Amino acid sequence: MLTLEDVNVYYDQVHALKSVTIEVKEGELVALLGANGAGKSTILMTISGILRPRSGHVRYEGHDLTRSSPYDIIQVGIGHCPEGRHIFGNLTVQENMLMGAVQRKDRAGVQRDMEWVYSLFPVLGERVRQSGATLSGGEQQMLAIGRALMGRPRLLLMDEPSLGLAPVIVQLIFKVIKQLHQQGVTILLVEQNARQALQVADRCYLLETGRVVMSGPVEALRTNPEIERIYLGGSAV
Amino acid sequence: MTQLQYLAQQGINAISIGSLYALMAIGLAMVFGILRLINFAHGDLIMVGSYGALLLLVLGTPFWVAALGGIVASTIAGLLMERVAYRPIRGAPDVSMLLTSFAVTILLENVAILVFSPTPRAFPTPSSLNSTFRFGQLQISRIDVVAILVAVILLVLLTLFVTRTKLGISMRAASEDLLAAHLMGINVNRVIATAFAIGSIMAGVVGLLWSARVGKVDPLMGFYPVLKAFVASVIGGLGSLAGAVLGGFLLGFLEILLQGLLPSSLAPFRDAFVFVALIILLLFRPNGIMGSAEREKI
Repeated sequence: MLTLEDVNVYYDQVHALKSVTIEVKEGELVALLGANGAGKSTILMTISGILRPRSGHVRYEGHDLTRSSPYDIIQVGIGHCPEGRHIFGNLTVQENMLMGAVQRKDRAGVQRDMEWVYSLFPVLGERVRQSGATLSGGEQQMLAIGRALMGRPRLLLMDEPSLGLAPVIVQLIFKVIKQLHQQGVTILLVEQNARQALQVADRCYLLETGRVVMSGPVEALRTNPEIERIYLGGSAV
Repeated sequence: MTQLQYLAQQGINAISIGSLYALMAIGLAMVFGILRLINFAHGDLIMVGSYGALLLLVLGTPFWVAALGGIVASTIAGLLMERVAYRPIRGAPDVSMLLTSFAVTILLENVAILVFSPTPRAFPTPSSLNSTFRFGQLQISRIDVVAILVAVILLVLLTLFVTRTKLGISMRAASEDLLAAHLMGINVNRVIATAFAIGSIMAGVVGLLWSARVGKVDPLMGFYPVLKAFVASVIGGLGSLAGAVLGGFLLGFLEILLQGLLPSSLAPFRDAFVFVALIILLLFRPNGIMGSAEREKI
């Protein structure tokens, strides 16, 4: 479905992604793991067209997205739920949701999907007229996910959806991620909470300073002592 | 004249001049909100609109046709400005954008001087606008009433636009978080062009009302209005639309108040007192009355 082939991305002089090759197959939930600054978010920003690779290709279902704008990338069915939520604080919950569906013309479908998102996160449905800034951190994260879903993505990019949230909310968010996965949404998930990520993912890639250093099905990684040591807090497991 | 009548008269004056400042400030605020660009060339759109209308009037068209033509002229100028000067440097450091806006100002003003000569020209305000209403001792000029009505209509339309239409909500979204706007698939180019278009329409309207008020046009006529609009939007909080409107009216009231209170020996320094008031305000509210703390630009 999605492939990154030998992608190199720079921030000015800094070589942020070094020959990254990644594949996500239809229906998979793939996790990207790695320390801060390893390049996880950079990969998602590159797929979304915010960053341009200096070399290499991003392909999605036969489209070459390497030089496409974010505007076009939404159109082929890729949604992005960014790190730090980035909800519109001055807009109401409802307006935020509408912005997620900004390119869609099917009013009835948009309405139906809005109801569906409110059924996934009932608390949002109770706050439709409230401005985004008045929501709690957990509610904002739900809104960010809901807003991304409003574009009806077939591939959903999720960047640190559990960062800084209370354990109860983290459970809820991961329940929804699992649910979406079961409904057939393909997901590329960036998570610092490796343990949680490995529980829901099918496969994962491990990044270190802009390079893919390991990849494979999660079962293999879960039993890998090095992952244990670096990402799961060693003997505590 | 009784004191009450005097107050009413000055109040109408203040609302009328405040309306013009508010309409100008909106144009600055919309563009600043999205691009973090203080578009000093915004004032020259007033000049373009006024000369456009004047040309048509000289050719003998009815006033309302000329007015419409002037507004169209300033809108085209505003859209061209965005496309030719600002879009290529989008994402450049704020200082580069500011300098570009000065360049656009200098260019437009000098072209106008070349084409129309630096001499001011009379603006043939129709007598229907020049006359005054009389309520007892109270005299209200029609142009003030028109200015206030036009401002109210435009503000209502703008409010409906930014709260009820997808494009308007997209504009608020883009001005709050440009990265998220891109990620949602908002057509940012279209949003920015729309912001320029709306600001230019308002500048065109202000140009007509301004020219009708002072009865003349000249190539540098945009300088003072844009300066006032800038002060108004700083008072209200740069980038906030409601703040721009509030700042515009506050500035109008402040000016009229000072005009009434200052002894005649100090009257020429009215604007200096306005700036002192601005400095005092900014000491207590550095982001203006309705401004939020500066966000990181992405």
